[in-house]
Amino acid sequence: MSAAAIVELSAASAVQELAAGRLSAAELFDAYRARAAADELNCFTWVAEGPPAAESGGALRGVPLAVKDLFCTAGVPSQSGSRILEGYRPPYTATVVARLAAAGAPLLGKTNQDEFAMGSSNENSAFGPVLNPWDRARVPGGSSGGSAAAVAAGLAPWALGTDTGGSIRQPAALCGIVGLKPTYGAVSRYGMIAFASSLDQAGPLTRDVTDAALLLRHMVGRDECDATSLGHPEEIALPSAESLSGVRFGVPEELTGEGIDPGVLDAFRGALARARELGAEILDVRLPHATHGLSAYYVLAPAEASSNLARFDGVRYGLRADGAEDLLELYTRTRHDGFGAEVRRRIMLGTYALSAGYYDAYYGRAQRVRTKIVGDFDAAFAEVDFILTPTSPTVAFPLGERTGDPWSMYISDFCTVPMSLAGIPAISIPCGLAGDGAGAQLPVGLQLAGPVFSENRLLDAAFALERALGFDGSRVRGGGSA
Amino acid sequence: MSAVEYEPVIGLEIHIQLATATKMFCGCALSFGEPPNTHTCPVCLGLPGSLPVANARAVHFGLVIGLALGSELAPRSIFHRKNYFYPDLPKGYQISQYDLPLCRGGRLGEVRIHRVHLEEDAAKLVHVGASGRIHGSDASVVDFNRGGTPLAEIVTEPDLRSAEAAGEWLRLLRTTMRVLGVSDVNMEEGSLRCDANISLRPAGSEELGVKTELKNMNSFRFIERGIRAELARQEAILQAGERVQQETLHFDPASERITSLRSKEEAHDYRYFPEPDLVPVAIDAAMLSAARAALPELPAARAERFERELGLSADSAHLLAFRAELGDYFEAALCAAVDPAPPAQALANWISGDLLARLTGGETVTDAGDMGGGGGGDPLSSRVEPQALAVLVGLVAAKRVSVGAGRQVLDRLVAEGGDPAAIVAAEGLAAIDGGDELSAIVAEALAAHPEAAANVRAGNAKAIGPIVGHVMRATKGRADGGEVTRLVHTQLGV
Amino acid sequence: MIDRDEVLHVARLARLKLDDGEVESMARELSGVLDHIAKIGELSLDDVPPTSHVVEVVGRLRPDEPRPCLPREVALEQAPSVSDGGFLVPSPQA
Ligand SMILES: [Mg+2]
Ligand SMILES: [Zn+2]
Repeated sequence: MSAAAIVELSAASAVQELAAGRLSAAELFDAYRARAAADELNCFTWVAEGPPAAESGGALRGVPLAVKDLFCTAGVPSQSGSRILEGYRPPYTATVVARLAAAGAPLLGKTNQDEFAMGSSNENSAFGPVLNPWDRARVPGGSSGGSAAAVAAGLAPWALGTDTGGSIRQPAALCGIVGLKPTYGAVSRYGMIAFASSLDQAGPLTRDVTDAALLLRHMVGRDECDATSLGHPEEIALPSAESLSGVRFGVPEELTGEGIDPGVLDAFRGALARARELGAEILDVRLPHATHGLSAYYVLAPAEASSNLARFDGVRYGLRADGAEDLLELYTRTRHDGFGAEVRRRIMLGTYALSAGYYDAYYGRAQRVRTKIVGDFDAAFAEVDFILTPTSPTVAFPLGERTGDPWSMYISDFCTVPMSLAGIPAISIPCGLAGDGAGAQLPVGLQLAGPVFSENRLLDAAFALERALGFDGSRVRGGGSA
Repeated sequence: MSAVEYEPVIGLEIHIQLATATKMFCGCALSFGEPPNTHTCPVCLGLPGSLPVANARAVHFGLVIGLALGSELAPRSIFHRKNYFYPDLPKGYQISQYDLPLCRGGRLGEVRIHRVHLEEDAAKLVHVGASGRIHGSDASVVDFNRGGTPLAEIVTEPDLRSAEAAGEWLRLLRTTMRVLGVSDVNMEEGSLRCDANISLRPAGSEELGVKTELKNMNSFRFIERGIRAELARQEAILQAGERVQQETLHFDPASERITSLRSKEEAHDYRYFPEPDLVPVAIDAAMLSAARAALPELPAARAERFERELGLSADSAHLLAFRAELGDYFEAALCAAVDPAPPAQALANWISGDLLARLTGGETVTDAGDMGGGGGGDPLSSRVEPQALAVLVGLVAAKRVSVGAGRQVLDRLVAEGGDPAAIVAAEGLAAIDGGDELSAIVAEALAAHPEAAANVRAGNAKAIGPIVGHVMRATKGRADGGEVTRLVHTQLGV
Repeated sequence: MIDRDEVLHVARLARLKLDDGEVESMARELSGVLDHIAKIGELSLDDVPPTSHVVEVVGRLRPDEPRPCLPREVALEQAPSVSDGGFLVPSPQA
């Protein structure tokens, strides 16, 4: 099979070709390794020399996997996009990566990301921004921007990302691929370099919904090393639904009106029309507190992050500033030099929100808003099966456009943050192209969210819609490498 | 103008290392002096991506402590993060408990308990002096072996009124924890550490004065001395009409000096928030009944039983009950089923008197507070088997061996162990009964001390000493003192 | 909304050095974000319990069974400065 033909295979098709003997694992790995090594989009921070010496069996045998930098991989750089962890090679491997390796997926490379997963454009990486394969002058989204761009550009068959407030779904939307944030707790967080512990969740970034289901099937599971992990009550099935008959979709006005670009709204409405054609019922629902999601999120996530990132102190690993006169200076200079501007800003914000005199006004209130948002979703899911929104208020925006004003960047996650706060699963699938007024045609993402542990139904609905929408991302698949 | 009288108000915060097999939040075995950094893993080194999982046995021990102190056990308690930077704290926060601790309230002796919570210990910092590799100043080396060891923190209400009372109460707490089996409670090894909150108030006042916190005193002696020194310091400040500053202090036992530990600009702001990596601890019926089942008899109850059931004097009962190792030895000896059986009180006296004096090299029994517990003060780790002591005391009580000969046998037992009956037989230490042999020796003694004999006959009872001494020498102490006196009196016709 | 002194205090708590120019820009940026966040101050939330975690499980305790530790050379491998089998730091008391 030619390299070009190999790259056109979805991961699930590659599994079948391998099983049928029409493709060898070495051919498959080499095809992707060559493309990843020639990456022009800055998707990768490290690329494997070759497949692991000991080939393991398993259902995913031989399909290479790109892994976001923040997953610890033993002996392999795991830097979370940060200068403070430059060159850091952990002595252990994250549970989810180990599970996938045991299922047979060899590590292809580590992907670029916003530093400590803080960002929506991948411009916060210490290793440079990732370029969007649809338009290299634009961002791929973030924080899992390297994973999203690599999959979209055909530099990897699929990839692992993490989502705290939209970090899988938003880059998937901006790169025209599928990204799934599972129910909080479905996938172990052990070995994921933490951003915000109560929100972080690993998930797949894939070319299509079937691949997302296949990868997720081998990711979920209770892990005794993660007290907050739950596993999944059902085995994740490969989706097969063709009709949406009897399915009730709820459209919340709070997340589908003000603040959403007209082009994005057009594509979104087009997707609703398709859903109706497939037999779905479209209903209005209310999420009265969803518009406060961002505010709550930008208290809770930085607060947890300020604590999670306290361990980077220049003592046991990572960067240490030279020539410090005393311990205090060693701490403050190491952390000043090692963290980028956005990470420093969020550490400051989170420290402030937790500090004496401010806890109740910020952290305490944000936790109560979170309760309200959880309640909003509970009420909505009593009326409808799924909630539909655009994934991102805009299409991919030009590099540098939002770096001057933090809040202008933060609102990229306006539609995705409420689901993160509620811990519910949500998937983004491409639903068309839209212009941004400058003429460029760029992918738009459609977000489907369901109640906790509804992944199987969610994947089925997404699969049916995906077929009806017929989005074609093949145009950019050749575009990632020379 | 007469000086105001001040009343000390003292509360204690005690950290106890729990005797689990593994650390609080990871599977590393607890370390006992192994080479530095050989008991670590990604979790207790705070490596990126690692997550804590709470140790079930530590929670169990926490419940046992709570039950023993009569605390209210929280049906649902949660861990918080206490955020601060220090090289012995690998994550930049300590996982501890804050507003929902495992246990609340309770009492031990006269002191009310405020709360008991679980947390993780810090690592050890070893000062290494100037190092070429650290620019400019002194350096320390961090050893994470101890980091993450489970701790129970016990906080009292401010119910103590003197340094001595604080020391005394701490001994009671230590014995209680030892009896519970939840900790080695060894101050020298740091498995029991104590901070004291100290303030003074005008006698009779109900209001609390400004308190200082005296940190980490590592022996009972230092605790009492430290508190005394701080009370004196505060009194001098108040008598001079000045105010006590709220601060954290360190007592240096060598110089008796008290120094401030943290500079004032270092504001305490621990930014506590619920630990998102852990889920709440919920106490279910199984955990509760396991903790109840593990609850042994506590010292006060044991003392009461010794008095009531065994007829011990109050002093003996208290001593044996509050020094658990003595009580255990006592009960082991009492159960030994020997014939003749030793009376309980006699056995208690032998243990707290002759035996302990021999094991501790003469240290008095009540001042055993600073002893680590193993070694010298614990008869169970001596060569004297409880059964052997029971045999010996039984023989003495039945007057088959004299008290003096009994002491000689005990010397042998302490040195070499063995069977008292065999030692008595081999050494010919059996008591000489009141027959002809002893009569002859008494007659011989009267002849040798005519002056003393005359004095006794004249009614001076104390003059009998030299005569009895002669008999004891001649019999190598095997004679019973009472019997000798009776024979002297008979032969002198008194 | 957040002034220079507060920024310096928070930076000290967070052990972050800020250069003079950075203090001003940090104050400005944080104030901007806090202005947006302040909207949650308008909600009435008095009777609403806080949610720290959406996971509704309890317990999840670990049996007290030892697991292998890291070899010391592995534990120390990534450290910037090592001495006497430990992690070398400037003395906190210095
Ligand atoms: Mg404590
Ligand atoms: Zn450990």
